[in-house]
Amino acid sequence: MLPASQLWLIPALPLVAAAIGAAAPRTARRLPVFLALAAITGSLLLSVVALVGALAAPAAKLTANFTWFVAGSTAVRLGWLLDPLGALMSVMVCAVSVLVFIFSIAYLRADPRLGRFFTCLSLFVAAMLGLLVANSLLLLLLCWELVGLASYLLIGFWFDRPSAAAAAKKAFVITRLGDLGFLLGLLWLFQATGSSLFYDGGAGVLEAGALERLAATVLPGGWTAATGIGLLLFAGAVGKSGQFPLHVWLPDAMEGPTPVSALIHAATMVAAGVFLVARVFPLMAADQGLAAVPVHALTAVAVVGSITALLGAVLAVAQTDMKRVLAYSTVSQLGYMMLAVGVGAWVAAVFHLITHACFKALLFLGSGSVIHAAHHEQDSRRLGGLAGRMRFTYVTFLLGTGALVGLPLVFSGFWSKEAILHAAELWPVSHLPFVAGLTGVVLTAFYMTRLVCETFLGRPRGEGAEHAHESPRVMTLPLAVLAVASVAAGWIGTPAWPWLQSRLTGAPVAAQAWSDGLGLMLFSTVLVGVGIAAGWWMYGRRPRVDARALDPLAQRWPRVFAALAARLWFDELYAATLGRLLRGAAALAAWLERWVWGGVVGLTGRVAETTGEVNRAIDEDGLNTGFDRASDGLRRTAQQYSRAQTGDVQGYLRAVVVGLAVLALLLIWGGVR
Amino acid sequence: MTLLLAVLALVCLVPAVAAVLVRNLIHSALLFVLAWLGLAVFYLAVGAEFIAFAHALVYVGGVSMVVLFAVLLTRPGRVDPLPPPSTQRAIGGVAAVALVASMLGSSIFWTRLPSMEPIPMVSLRRLGELLAGPYLVALLLVGLILTVALIGGLLLAAPRRPSEGGDA
Amino acid sequence: MSPLHVCLALSAALFCTGLVAVLVRGNAILVLLGVELMLNAANLNFIAFWRFGPGGGEVGLVFVLFSIAVAAAEAAVGMALVIAVHRHLRTIRVAAANRLKG
Repeated sequence: MLPASQLWLIPALPLVAAAIGAAAPRTARRLPVFLALAAITGSLLLSVVALVGALAAPAAKLTANFTWFVAGSTAVRLGWLLDPLGALMSVMVCAVSVLVFIFSIAYLRADPRLGRFFTCLSLFVAAMLGLLVANSLLLLLLCWELVGLASYLLIGFWFDRPSAAAAAKKAFVITRLGDLGFLLGLLWLFQATGSSLFYDGGAGVLEAGALERLAATVLPGGWTAATGIGLLLFAGAVGKSGQFPLHVWLPDAMEGPTPVSALIHAATMVAAGVFLVARVFPLMAADQGLAAVPVHALTAVAVVGSITALLGAVLAVAQTDMKRVLAYSTVSQLGYMMLAVGVGAWVAAVFHLITHACFKALLFLGSGSVIHAAHHEQDSRRLGGLAGRMRFTYVTFLLGTGALVGLPLVFSGFWSKEAILHAAELWPVSHLPFVAGLTGVVLTAFYMTRLVCETFLGRPRGEGAEHAHESPRVMTLPLAVLAVASVAAGWIGTPAWPWLQSRLTGAPVAAQAWSDGLGLMLFSTVLVGVGIAAGWWMYGRRPRVDARALDPLAQRWPRVFAALAARLWFDELYAATLGRLLRGAAALAAWLERWVWGGVVGLTGRVAETTGEVNRAIDEDGLNTGFDRASDGLRRTAQQYSRAQTGDVQGYLRAVVVGLAVLALLLIWGGVR
Repeated sequence: MTLLLAVLALVCLVPAVAAVLVRNLIHSALLFVLAWLGLAVFYLAVGAEFIAFAHALVYVGGVSMVVLFAVLLTRPGRVDPLPPPSTQRAIGGVAAVALVASMLGSSIFWTRLPSMEPIPMVSLRRLGELLAGPYLVALLLVGLILTVALIGGLLLAAPRRPSEGGDA
Repeated sequence: MSPLHVCLALSAALFCTGLVAVLVRGNAILVLLGVELMLNAANLNFIAFWRFGPGGGEVGLVFVLFSIAVAAAEAAVGMALVIAVHRHLRTIRVAAANRLKG
């Protein structure tokens, strides 16, 4: 039994390992590896102990709070929280991490920066575990940012590749967009309630008193403070969990080593967003009863989740890079989780999160095994014929695929997906999530069948695939464990025995009647069958023989396929729109300058001109040519802004001094207190 | 008391102002030493003996040596690629400072400060007890900072070896 | 005019003198010395309020000690930076170190 006041030990162990690893000389390659493994194993044991303690009293929120610092009359307090949600998640994170760590030893054996890799991994795990056991939104945000940092370091681990460095930067910047919302939400919450603790014996922000106050604070337009804060926090989750419209970083993050993709961009880190929304679920749901709110926070979550689930699945259909298919699949599955939270079934979301962590880690490690064997070839068009050469990887990959597409009754993915679909079906507001979920089921089955057929069936179509052979035992062992988990993890939450549901909510949940939801199960099973059959008919019947042959889909619908393969031009769209926006802002700034200095002459004319110019530009070059021009515009804008960056330190200082003097004047004589 | 302090303040201020104005860097550094000495005397007059000696030791003994070495080590090259400093910038800086100075001065002289009797001096023993008691952690941290600064200074100033040798 | 006034006036004058050095002089060493002077001015304030203030100001004395120590560290690192800049740019004019300008 681990008391809540000792919970800090769980994240502290890997943190210490990371610190020692960072300080160790570069020649000590084995030390960080050994330390990381030892620390994560210790954390796993501690998490299990904590979970046992939490399950003994599932409804009690065991907390240990302490004061971080006192500034004036404001005390900032942090704390640790022991409840089944956090404890279960930390067991999951530790377990997946242990397996990924073991896998990485073989995968990166030859890399000269092995020690650095394990140091970063330890840092990541420490931050993630801290995030899970935090009882304060502030502490959660701190760990959240640390997770982002670790992710940046790991995506850009091969920083000598320009694409990896760019992907790392992209991931960091885009998630930062969402984090801005998170920070604003945190500040607002702190201002409104005076606390950032989740549970504090009745004074925490997730407890009845604060929630009632937040829901009663009405803003103009019928919004409540609870809605506003909920949406801002959700913005953070959108960034971290790769939800539409900030999903673009996740597929690019595949530039990192494959174990990183498995651990961070499939199993754990991206789940942090879902975890955050599940953690603050009482806050998100606080505005549910109020009819005057234009858009309930949870409705927004459900809509974004539905769009993401569908979009990710559609985009996965046309990718040829093995890891990219899996990455879009992750986007889609995260969409499912958000969808579940949005329709109120956060338990189903956590359930899917856990099963998804198992089978997605399995799939990524399986693809890692393939990539390792095929000499870093990850284009599925140039693979093929690996079923016979890598029998063990093939079988485990098949098991993971079965779990992902949700083959009925046996696989874990089936049960968690059914739970989500069932909740979506019963959602009174709209049928959009339900329809999106069902469509996603067909697409998921289709693209996974496509991936398996292209990668493992037929004859080898490239150098790498021809010389491939089974990976060493160190790599296949984690695959085996994860394969077992992918099947078995679903049994903890079946409708007949809702163990997980009753533990997470802290109240007994009655087992559903046998017939309840049977129709839905049958229907989605038929959908899975349709998807698999379509995939088999197009890709499995006559496997691809030439790496350069056109995709069967591309033969039939070339335009659609090209659009999907280009990822619906999301990147280009962002470059074009945001670039335009910046250019417009620059034009506006320049115009303001002239207006201030040169008088009111030409004011109206210039407004019309600028508007016309922007309109014309948008009309003329559509999305295709937008990219070049927009990046040009970006560069020019940046040049304009950078003129303020004179490099004259004393000039900067002068500005600081004048600003300081003005501030002091305001304070002394302006009556500003 | 007030008169004595005013005289000492002048003794301290004049070299400081001169140090900022003279062109010759060596003269400037020496004038700074004078100003620091004056400040140490001022501390003595106010009654902070230990601080006065610590100040003299650190500034007159330590910092001035560092500064003189830095001056000697960084003799300007024969050609100065930069244009001469513009008077406009100097005017801007002086104006900014004038703003601050007027603000500080007016707020000091227009504030009616409570006229208190000087409180009794703090014995060296008491200071030591404070440092070794409640401020022990801070003291250790300052030691650490000094060590790090020393090593950092060495690293920065040491010439880079031709081979990439990591830490020097 | 009380002794406290004199102390504060000297402190303000020293601060402004240091600020002039920092803002106007182009030589990096003088800029650093200006910063030192500003730190001295702050120290003087602590001492003034300890001696002539409302009492309970022993903390001020301790603070001055720490401040002197940190100032010494700052001077050491600052001068090392000046030497490093001189090695790279062959000059210690602050205006020359503008490689990061836009």
